[in-house]
Amino acid sequence: MSNIMRRKKLDVWSLVTFIVLGLYVLFLIYPLFNLLAQSVVDKKTGAFTMAYFIKFFSKPYYFNTLLNSFKVTFAVTLLTVLLGTPLAYFFTRFEIRGKGFLRVLIILSSMSAPFIGAYSWILLLGRNGVITQFFRESMGIQFPSIYGFTGILVVLTLQLYPLIFLYITGALKNVDNSLLEAAENLGCSGFRRFRIIVIPLILPTLFAGGLLVFMRSLADFGTPMLIGEGFRTFPVTIFNEFISELGGDDGFAAAISIIAIIITTFIFLIQRYLSTRKTFTMNSMNKIRPIKATGLTKVLIHIYSYGLIGLSIMPQFYIFYTSFKKVNGTTFVPGYSFGSYATAFDRVGRAITNTLLIPGVSLVIIVFFAAFIAYITVRRRNVFTGIADTVSMVPYIIPGSVVGITLLIAFNKPPILLSGTMLIMVIGLVLRRLPYTIRSSVAVLQQIPLNIEEAAQSLGASKLKTFYKITMPMMAAGLVAGAILSWVTMISELATAILLYTGRTKTLTVEIYTQIIRGNYGIAAALSTILAVLTVTSLLIFNKISGSSEISM
Amino acid sequence: MSVNISVRNAVKRYGAVTIIPDLSIEIKDKEFFTLLGPSGCGKTTLLRMIAGFNTIEGGEFYFNETCINEMEVSKRNIGMVFQNYAIFPHYTVQQNVEFGLKNRRLSRDEIKNATREFLELMQIQEYHDRMPERLSGGQQQRVALARALVIKPDVLLMDEPLSNLDAKLRLEMRQAIRNLQKEVGITTVYVTHDQEEAMAISDRIAVMKDGVIQHVGTPQEIYHRPANIFVATFIGRTNLLNAHYSAANKSIQLDDFSFPMENIAASEEGPVVLSIRPEDFTMSKEDSGGIKSTITDSIFLGLNTHFMVALPGGQEIEIIHESVLDLDFKSGDRVYLTIKVDKINVFSEDGNRNLSRDV
Ligand SMILES: Nc1ncnc2c1ncn2[C@@H]1O[C@H](COP(=O)(O)OP(=O)(O)O)[C@@H](O)[C@H]1O
Ligand SMILES: [Mg+2]
Repeated sequence: MSNIMRRKKLDVWSLVTFIVLGLYVLFLIYPLFNLLAQSVVDKKTGAFTMAYFIKFFSKPYYFNTLLNSFKVTFAVTLLTVLLGTPLAYFFTRFEIRGKGFLRVLIILSSMSAPFIGAYSWILLLGRNGVITQFFRESMGIQFPSIYGFTGILVVLTLQLYPLIFLYITGALKNVDNSLLEAAENLGCSGFRRFRIIVIPLILPTLFAGGLLVFMRSLADFGTPMLIGEGFRTFPVTIFNEFISELGGDDGFAAAISIIAIIITTFIFLIQRYLSTRKTFTMNSMNKIRPIKATGLTKVLIHIYSYGLIGLSIMPQFYIFYTSFKKVNGTTFVPGYSFGSYATAFDRVGRAITNTLLIPGVSLVIIVFFAAFIAYITVRRRNVFTGIADTVSMVPYIIPGSVVGITLLIAFNKPPILLSGTMLIMVIGLVLRRLPYTIRSSVAVLQQIPLNIEEAAQSLGASKLKTFYKITMPMMAAGLVAGAILSWVTMISELATAILLYTGRTKTLTVEIYTQIIRGNYGIAAALSTILAVLTVTSLLIFNKISGSSEISM
Repeated sequence: MSVNISVRNAVKRYGAVTIIPDLSIEIKDKEFFTLLGPSGCGKTTLLRMIAGFNTIEGGEFYFNETCINEMEVSKRNIGMVFQNYAIFPHYTVQQNVEFGLKNRRLSRDEIKNATREFLELMQIQEYHDRMPERLSGGQQQRVALARALVIKPDVLLMDEPLSNLDAKLRLEMRQAIRNLQKEVGITTVYVTHDQEEAMAISDRIAVMKDGVIQHVGTPQEIYHRPANIFVATFIGRTNLLNAHYSAANKSIQLDDFSFPMENIAASEEGPVVLSIRPEDFTMSKEDSGGIKSTITDSIFLGLNTHFMVALPGGQEIEIIHESVLDLDFKSGDRVYLTIKVDKINVFSEDGNRNLSRDV
């Protein structure tokens, strides 16, 4: 009844829906169609052509990058699942010494930009890395090369397994302890129970986490750029083609982008299909409580946890350490100083303010949009809000560099000339991060009973007033917590920024990347440390606000 | 197989907190034994010690002559029904029921036949292909029971198995569980905080409070001759009245009123507490030697009507009277009360001891 009446009247939420849809049409749909058009139109003649696609698939030079990307991405996804799932199970099921501290390290190791990890591993295990040199000179042992496939695999795995860990930890919270007890009671325990009871229950989450790792790994640009050397992946090719042909022929870059989108969409749909078929509703009354492990189990669990987490946090500590080393030109020399910091602050210009400003502005927009979109999709279900919901999720499957290219191609000429502005960078970040924040806002909103809003309206509050007086404040803690995580991801974002920045809008990650490329490792280390401090501070605030160390992506 | 359970001086601690200080019970073979007590008194804790999910800080647990303190959960041969059923959501009804059998490496035919037998016994054969989320609460409950019993356990443990069902289903399942237990003939330990449920279902009940057993007995014993005031008030409704016992006259003095009381052990003399259930008063308008009292309020509840009555000394009591069409008791009426003396219980002043001789 009330639904019908609601639909007839155009209220403030209809207006919001249309504004949201309008903005998405302008900043997402139009650029994507524009991209598609560019990829199939010959610039000189204006005629339809499949030449760009044919070029990509007929030349092994290009096509192989696609295969490379798949190889490394599948390997990373598999490895993160194999490493992250047991860790999450151990953390849930057993008492582990220093668990809280370890959890912090896991989160920290996942929160930095992957390319910084890559660069640190080069300093440690590269041709002239400290560990490589140590073994070569003192024992004559030659380490296998860290460059290429291995390097990307190591860096991305250690960077991304925390996502699996966080996802699975979350899923295990919904597994009722009595299921484990019932299994044990019926004669099934230990690893067998993990395999036939626990794994099937967390499978949907495993798929979701796997998808996230897959997308991140496939789209990562900085890591293969630094440590890949001859092993060229897809995002590297997109970047190179676009940069080298900028101002000339965008068509080829557009075509590669389209291929990328088609592939990720495909992967996304497969994941969807697999996990919707295997979802169970569970209500956990008794959470799994950690028990004391004994004997060999205890030793092995501790070795595994400390080993893995130690390995993944090591690059960050090493960067931190080198930031205090003395530098002569571009090489480290014995002794310690704050020289790198001095030079860094000297040269960094507006990078730090930009890093606060651009993600800051984006964040405000994201929070409001996420709240609005979550609200209309949860509380005002209809065709249009359904479309808004779907469209808002589209950027989730578009690699960061493709978002950058899409926006650049669309807005590098009048009537809408945005390239080189701060606005285009903000749009890029907002588009990319909104899907995550909307999902978490939806989850928060679904916890709030509808009749609280009805009560407010029955007491005379208007719809808008109900929203900002009642709903928003109730969502606030969840929204802010989600926002801080978005913030942390945005300040370490590289793939989009590297395409969209100009001298005036350079961010910290872009600056760090540039310094690494130029060989200024001291400065890069100092800037990375500053970025890390920013991240840690934000996470501390997150903890304070959300009142827990629970983090979901 | 016949199994009696014997718990001797069990102790349970969580860190520095002692939940069960020293508890002993004997549960007989094929008995339906219920642990009854208010929430938080340690029923679940004790049950899980028997099942093997909780550590044991002291004492011994025996199945017949075997001490099970150190025995692994999966070796105890226990059927367990969890409060939320703990049905594996990724298995069908049939797969859930088969699960325990498969872990016992039985032959395919044995598994099939036993599963069929219990699906039929629990009347869930027609749902055998369903996923659990498509079952109602009562059906899930039946799956849980079938799964627990199909392994032919020595002992069946149930922790508030009916608490997630609606009132009507609760009555139905209560009867089903009772019948099933008798049919299978299995020693059963059942946990509940619902005294009515406990009375309806059990052979014997142990009433617990703060980790200590207050009274063990049949439902009738516990209702009619509760061991102490806690049991008297926890089971059913009762009126507690301060009175005085005179050993010389073998009589009880309640305010100005006195009546003979033969049924009291030995020479207790002095203040006592009477526990008189609301149905053990009779009210009359005529003065035939009853306590002169005043009705202060009445509540009509269909079958019965409850009256609040003020005694001459000021104490308030509740009386239950069967409703009849032309009942002419109403607020403010003067009435005379008589007591069914043989049914009342007399407790020591501190409430810890029932002084009746036949306890
Ligand atoms: N794992 C535990 N750690 C600490 N205290 C517990 C734990 N489990 C139960 N308790 C405490 O033990 C007491 C008895 O709990 P329980 O046996 O669940 O009560 P019941 O089942 O009778 O309601 C409660 O005070 C509860 O808080
Ligand atoms: Mg309990």
